[in-house]
Amino acid sequence: MYDIIVIGAGVTGTCTAREFSKYQVNMCVIDKGDDVASGTSKANSGIIHAGYDCTPGSLMAKLNVRGNELMYQLSEELDFPTKMNGSLIVCTVEAERGKLDQLLAQGEANGVPGCRIVEKEELLAMEPNLTPNAVAALYAPTGGIICPFNLAIAMGENAAVNGCEFKFETEVQDIVKKDGYFEIVTNKGTFETKAVVNAAGVYADKMHNMVSEKKMKIVARKGEYLLMDKELGNYFSATVFPLPGKMGKGVLTAPTIHGNLFVGPSATDIEDKEGVNTTQEIIDDLVNKASNSHLTKDRLPMNKVITSFAGLRAHEENHEFIVEEVADAPGFFDAAGIESPGLSSSPAIAEMIVGLIEDKHNFPKNENFIATRKGITHMEDLTIEEKNEMIKKDPRYGAIVCRCEMVTEGELVDAINRPLGARSLDGLKRRTRQGMGRCQAGFCTPRAMEILSRELGIPMTEITKKGEGSNMLVGKIKED
Amino acid sequence: MKSYDVIIVGGGPAGLAAAIAAKKEGIDSILIIERDNQLGGILNQCIHNGFGLHTFKEELTGPEYAARFIDQAAELNIEYKLHTMVCDISKEKVVMVMNREEGMVLYQAKAVVLAMGCRERPRGALNIPGYRPAGIYSAGTAQRLVNMEGFMPGKKVVILGSGDIGLIMARRMTFEGAEVQVVAEVMPYSGGLKRNIVQCLDDYGIPLKLSHTVIDIEGKDRLTGVVIAEVGPDRKPIPGTEVHYDCYPLLLSCGMLPENELSKQAQVELSPITSGPIVDESLETNIEGVFACGNVLHVHDLVDYVSEEAGIAGKNAALYVKERYGKDSVKSEDVIKINAVQGARYTVPSSIHLENMADMLTVRFRVGAVFKNSYISVYFNDERVQHRKKQVMAPGEMEQIILKKKALEEFEGLETITVKIEEE
Repeated sequence: MYDIIVIGAGVTGTCTAREFSKYQVNMCVIDKGDDVASGTSKANSGIIHAGYDCTPGSLMAKLNVRGNELMYQLSEELDFPTKMNGSLIVCTVEAERGKLDQLLAQGEANGVPGCRIVEKEELLAMEPNLTPNAVAALYAPTGGIICPFNLAIAMGENAAVNGCEFKFETEVQDIVKKDGYFEIVTNKGTFETKAVVNAAGVYADKMHNMVSEKKMKIVARKGEYLLMDKELGNYFSATVFPLPGKMGKGVLTAPTIHGNLFVGPSATDIEDKEGVNTTQEIIDDLVNKASNSHLTKDRLPMNKVITSFAGLRAHEENHEFIVEEVADAPGFFDAAGIESPGLSSSPAIAEMIVGLIEDKHNFPKNENFIATRKGITHMEDLTIEEKNEMIKKDPRYGAIVCRCEMVTEGELVDAINRPLGARSLDGLKRRTRQGMGRCQAGFCTPRAMEILSRELGIPMTEITKKGEGSNMLVGKIKED
Repeated sequence: MKSYDVIIVGGGPAGLAAAIAAKKEGIDSILIIERDNQLGGILNQCIHNGFGLHTFKEELTGPEYAARFIDQAAELNIEYKLHTMVCDISKEKVVMVMNREEGMVLYQAKAVVLAMGCRERPRGALNIPGYRPAGIYSAGTAQRLVNMEGFMPGKKVVILGSGDIGLIMARRMTFEGAEVQVVAEVMPYSGGLKRNIVQCLDDYGIPLKLSHTVIDIEGKDRLTGVVIAEVGPDRKPIPGTEVHYDCYPLLLSCGMLPENELSKQAQVELSPITSGPIVDESLETNIEGVFACGNVLHVHDLVDYVSEEAGIAGKNAALYVKERYGKDSVKSEDVIKINAVQGARYTVPSSIHLENMADMLTVRFRVGAVFKNSYISVYFNDERVQHRKKQVMAPGEMEQIILKKKALEEFEGLETITVKIEEE
């Protein structure tokens, strides 16, 4: 019997697991994907929101501001990249200027530090590539950018090191309330647990509704993105938003933590909770916005788009986080409706959930808790002297596999062999950036497959893109 | 810092030919830097024949063609480093490399020849909507897996794009027992050589659908199918023309892009049309002593032309070291510009210093559309000096004109040479 099962290994689930690993608990995280961050957490804007646009007094406002504060600290402790580059919400129509004052007042009410209105002259000095139509902007200096999967990877790894179990490709089929415990029925067997944390993203309603009469509905709200070459990575230094609209924060143009520029996301509610396909209509719309200077001084060159992708927001109809024990299912804790600013809030959501459960159970502290973690060494970030030292210690750090992102064999081997290591090409890609560059893995795919095959001790034909059912090859040549 | 007279970045067909030419011009201190574990570049995976018809008057496979140059480089004792990545080139020609054995090393070069080749345009750059499952390969990646590693990506193939590697892979996959259902090309003409369409598609009954493209990719984990539709003159899909194909894999052969990230670090000026360096008659870039050749300069159809062009770059790099390096004798400011207009998209080279020009200069270019029974015309200033009829010209086949130094010298007040396509 587990003390706690966390359903979902996205940022909410992994942050919760890491926070719980500060206590002596017998805990397991289960996920239907083959890796952490394989759902909503893998495809989003990668932004640490400051918290000015949440309704004052809402849970969302409280957890966003707290999450923002925690995120930068955790980034130091657990060695995942973040950058406080600031957010600018740009007003381009004089008549709408009042909305900026409204946002500023909201920011102040929510306790967001340092917000202020920036007038055109200062604004264009801060961001010379901004559209000359800009009238003024709200500047939120604590807004930042983050690598969302590396947050989940760091949290997951650290939780694993501190004793948390992880079960992947494990899909929850049913949850049965028993006397004082739950049975979690999955495709990999049935597990018993005293408490459940529902961090299932777009499936949080399905999990919740298995145990509660008070039904919940989570709608998958799709966001599509265009990702552009690193050549444009310095186009803006801050994250640049339009004024927010009914469906969310609008289509922004922003640098990523890895030095690319993106345009997106769109917002469309869809039925299929696995519907992460991009669509012609939306791509055309994003291309149109980007090439018609939506927020930019210039038309963004569309031949610099290196890829497009889509992600799903777990939208709850009241647009509020639900972080609570389910009234008619004691021991079952929801972390549901975690849409934007969910990524930014995830450490605070974890803190709150753990607080709720700890109040009931009083688990003893884990005296052996290891608070820090060292991430994969990225050769590209080192000085020449540091690189030479690495290569002297392990020559595999001198062998480039991915030429676009300059990722070495040493980094790939580390990504595979560390706790909760990469098992598939996407797992490697997310941990090291191998294959994420301008050639989009054209050259390095065969090499990455060989390294996975060698390190995992499995044949090439068993190498997958993203777990079960996504094998890359059908067999050897000259075979039937 | 160790120094070399000529450092050549890339040990493929361009780099090898450049090195051999530089050596024959009397330069001993040459280093070829290659990132792969053998010389020969992409030719090593091109196991089909048809290479060398121009150079050796016989049909060779890619590895055989490469071997001729590798052997010659070995006979000439040309130094090379394998599995070594060039990380940076400064405009002062300091080349930073990295490998397992030596770590990071800096070399000072007197001249640099850029010969890094090109890469394939990936799916992302094509804005094809749909899912992102396993089973979408660029044709070159599939070629490597099949020809060098001996693995089959799948047996029910659809190919998007009619670039030469895609055409070659259509035939190759057929040989390996795959069913190649269709090659779709968004343009109204093929991107590849006519001979490849005949020998790789027609001979095997593989349909080529011009003005067609993939409009949806299906399969969440593993590719299950694609939807192909006809496109109008605006290249937008025509509703009602959608056809579904079950497939695994989808191969992409939608054009190549010269790999000039290093050139940019060296502040080499690039052409927005070719994406390669802008060069003069010596294939020298705007950075003195930095030369470019092969697919990094502009994407070629035939390796024979790559070798020929690279020979010129190598020779000129050698001449630079012998005659101009460290001296004030910079090139004269007198430049004759070569303009490509009216059907001709670009020329390589795009300018001529008459005093450095060889007796004959081949100027290569591509046309921007299909032309039938038209003329390639060359103008010196406003006067037409060449007028050559061609039955068919297409973007997939590189064209050329030959300029004689004597003719340029004899034309008084020559400032610009214009290449254009004329109907009569």
